[in-house]
Amino acid sequence: MPKPLIKGSLATALLVTLLAACQPDMPAEVRSGLVYCSEGSPESFNPQLVTSGTTIDATSRQLFDRLLDINAQNGEFKPALATHWERREDGLSYTFFLRPNVQFHHTDYFTPTRPLTSEDVRFSFERVMHSQHPFHNVSGGEYPYFQTVDWANRVVRIATPTDDQVVFYLRQRDSSFLSNLATDFAVIHSAEYAEQLLQQNQRQRLDSQPIGTGPFKFREYRKDVFIRYYRHNNYWGEPSQLEQLVFDIEPNNAKRMARLLTHECDIIAYPRMAELELISKRADVKVQQQTSMNVGFWAFNTSRAPFDNSKVRRALSMAINRDAILQAVYFDQAEAATSLLPPTSWGHNPTLLPVQYDPGQARTLLAEAGYPYGFNMTIWAMPIQRLYNPNATRMAEMMQADLARIGVRASIVTLEWNAFRRQLRQGDHDTVLLGWNADNTDPDNFFRPLLSCNGVESGTNRALWCDPAFDALLAQALLTDDQAIRRSYYWAAQQYLTEHLPLLPLAHAKRFQAVNQRVEGVGINPYGGIDLSTAFIRSDEDTP
Amino acid sequence: MIWHYLIRRLFLLSFVFFALTCFAFSLGHLFPGDPLVNFSGISQPDDELMPVLVQQYRLDDGYLQQYIAFLQRILQGDWGLSLASQQPVLHELKLVFPATLELVAYALLISFVLGVPLGLLAAIKANHWSGRAISTIALLGYSLPIFWWALLMIMLFSIGLGWFPTSGRISVLYEIPAVTGFMLPDILLSGQTYWQAALQDAIRHLWLPAFVLATYPTTVMIRFTRDAMLNVWQQSYIKTARAKGLSRSQVLYRHGLRNAMLPVMRQLGLQFSTLVTLAMISELIFSWPGIGLWLLDSINQRNYPAIQGGLLVISSLVILVNILMDVLHTLFNPLARKQANG
Repeated sequence: MPKPLIKGSLATALLVTLLAACQPDMPAEVRSGLVYCSEGSPESFNPQLVTSGTTIDATSRQLFDRLLDINAQNGEFKPALATHWERREDGLSYTFFLRPNVQFHHTDYFTPTRPLTSEDVRFSFERVMHSQHPFHNVSGGEYPYFQTVDWANRVVRIATPTDDQVVFYLRQRDSSFLSNLATDFAVIHSAEYAEQLLQQNQRQRLDSQPIGTGPFKFREYRKDVFIRYYRHNNYWGEPSQLEQLVFDIEPNNAKRMARLLTHECDIIAYPRMAELELISKRADVKVQQQTSMNVGFWAFNTSRAPFDNSKVRRALSMAINRDAILQAVYFDQAEAATSLLPPTSWGHNPTLLPVQYDPGQARTLLAEAGYPYGFNMTIWAMPIQRLYNPNATRMAEMMQADLARIGVRASIVTLEWNAFRRQLRQGDHDTVLLGWNADNTDPDNFFRPLLSCNGVESGTNRALWCDPAFDALLAQALLTDDQAIRRSYYWAAQQYLTEHLPLLPLAHAKRFQAVNQRVEGVGINPYGGIDLSTAFIRSDEDTP
Repeated sequence: MIWHYLIRRLFLLSFVFFALTCFAFSLGHLFPGDPLVNFSGISQPDDELMPVLVQQYRLDDGYLQQYIAFLQRILQGDWGLSLASQQPVLHELKLVFPATLELVAYALLISFVLGVPLGLLAAIKANHWSGRAISTIALLGYSLPIFWWALLMIMLFSIGLGWFPTSGRISVLYEIPAVTGFMLPDILLSGQTYWQAALQDAIRHLWLPAFVLATYPTTVMIRFTRDAMLNVWQQSYIKTARAKGLSRSQVLYRHGLRNAMLPVMRQLGLQFSTLVTLAMISELIFSWPGIGLWLLDSINQRNYPAIQGGLLVISSLVILVNILMDVLHTLFNPLARKQANG
């Protein structure tokens, strides 16, 4: 009697296995959905509030639109919500003409009654610039990107003469103004939705249950698990072919790779460079590559001794074996950085040389600075992998060994990403490994957030470096539209940085993503977040 | 009477709960940071809210009053907000806890279906090669580190053969609203046109983590069923039953199995905390959105209200199951019943 029982249960188990193993015919809602496996949870659903690439990838291009966009091919501006725009002679005002009949998202928490008007544009920017605006202090009242470009002081007033015209009045000429409007942060919200939330006393929902005009609309979000978007059927542009877009959140590299191989993910963010070669051999996966506008760097907390001493900073920089890092961390998929600006930028100064690797000279410099026996310090390594720094912990370990050779005892600090950023803001670090991804083509986008005095306040300047002479160079570069003159200022600024080294630029990485062979139309945007609205899934060879 | 025993258990239970809540409460003070933030989970309480919360949490009074206020909040379902998401902790627990229960339940089901018959076979054929083989495999399974075993299974069945997905409860493209929190009933309740496909997909997702998690309890089940059965088989009442002329299978089911299952049940209660620990590891490896994964994320994010709530729920579960198994054991076992009364 026991024997048939055992056989029975084994057979049942086998049957269930086989049944479960058969790929079921997938329903349409599922077949035309795309799963993008991302590396972390977004901090917010409002790009105005953040600078982190994870959040921008998840929100900006999928949910929202900007007044204008950048053409990824040639770096020129192209119309988005504004069909065209005019600049007054003196450069002190810009008038934007809005696209007619642009519809906001219709969701289970909001039903729009009117298309986009100039009121929405004004609301979106006034929230950022007026501290007494009813929404300004919602979700913390910090707008890091706008703070670094000093938006509130540069834009005097926003006027809405008609429903389809918006005028921005500037305090002074600002050649980076249009570039700033084209960044992933300058998104347009619905003023009508905001009004509704104000009446319901639920203002914070504007940033957690977003309403935009973008190609997808928000459906649901579970922190650390997934984000679900549906297609916005009344999108003003070409509607996406994807019915659903899901961000599957998985911080672990190896697991994201495994899910790509099992086809649970259609696209994975930040594949490990060590595995790129391996997976590019597979027939079901393709690897896409593009040079991107980014830089990975090592920032010194210049508000603390001994890092306020430029000799110490130079000594530490000379102690680092950069070639070894490029090989072990970037797998030679990056260029050694000589400047903060990548070589693809028009402002790049080609006369600069990288800091030499010379431990002997580094020791001498340290002794001159008064630290013949070295000191103790911390290296903060960011816990997530970004393009510009695919493995900060590994990098920190290598640096630790390099620094030990000149007598500097470094310990590595790493925390969960949000906690990490919080503590960086408080300036708890000695040095930190971070990086920056360009939001637009303007060189200003590198210098001002990362190293200006404004950047210290808004928390993007992790070197906490505030040098009036350097800020003056940046300010002068913005007063003209003549690219040759601007370039000369940026060359001078880069020269200045090479002398003072508030941070050590390490590498400019190429951007990769691994994509299932069936997925087409994913463009990598060199200036910021990913845009998944043009992606689609080829169904012809869909035979498992 | 049996009531005395039950009341004694009830006393034990309430004492353990008292100690547990004391511990959870003290965590609010022991964690770094402001106890107000640790209890409420409001990351930046504004000036208006602050005095209200201090008053409500009685933070200006002694620890005893604070503890009573804490207990009241727990009972009223105000478990604070998660620091990471600013959602109520209890709401998040309602989403993740059923996922864990579901995984553990299916793993236990598998271990019953496989473990008991295999254990019986190993006992009956104790000296045959098949019995020895089962015992050997059981010992091997008992000693396997689960994280290694899980990765091996993923390598083989997911990446190698492509039979099963590696993560989650269901493909993220299926939108299944959480009603009960249990996936399979939720699919049936969802009213989606694709519920059949979703059900199949959910089962595909369930199979691998449940099987991996079932490995340990199955081997426990095999070993204890076998030992208990061998033990029972020696008893004189079995010989008597055989002598009465009952067939081997009749004796096995009527007299053997029931008595042999008693120690197995007791073991299961004792091993439950291990099982929960293993479930947390499995959740991590299979990205199963259960309480273990949630708790680990919370620890990483220094999310103190969530850690507090998660610990409270998991330890309550373990204690409840332990005591429940003990009570069941007593109810089914005449000898223990007698001891309990004596």
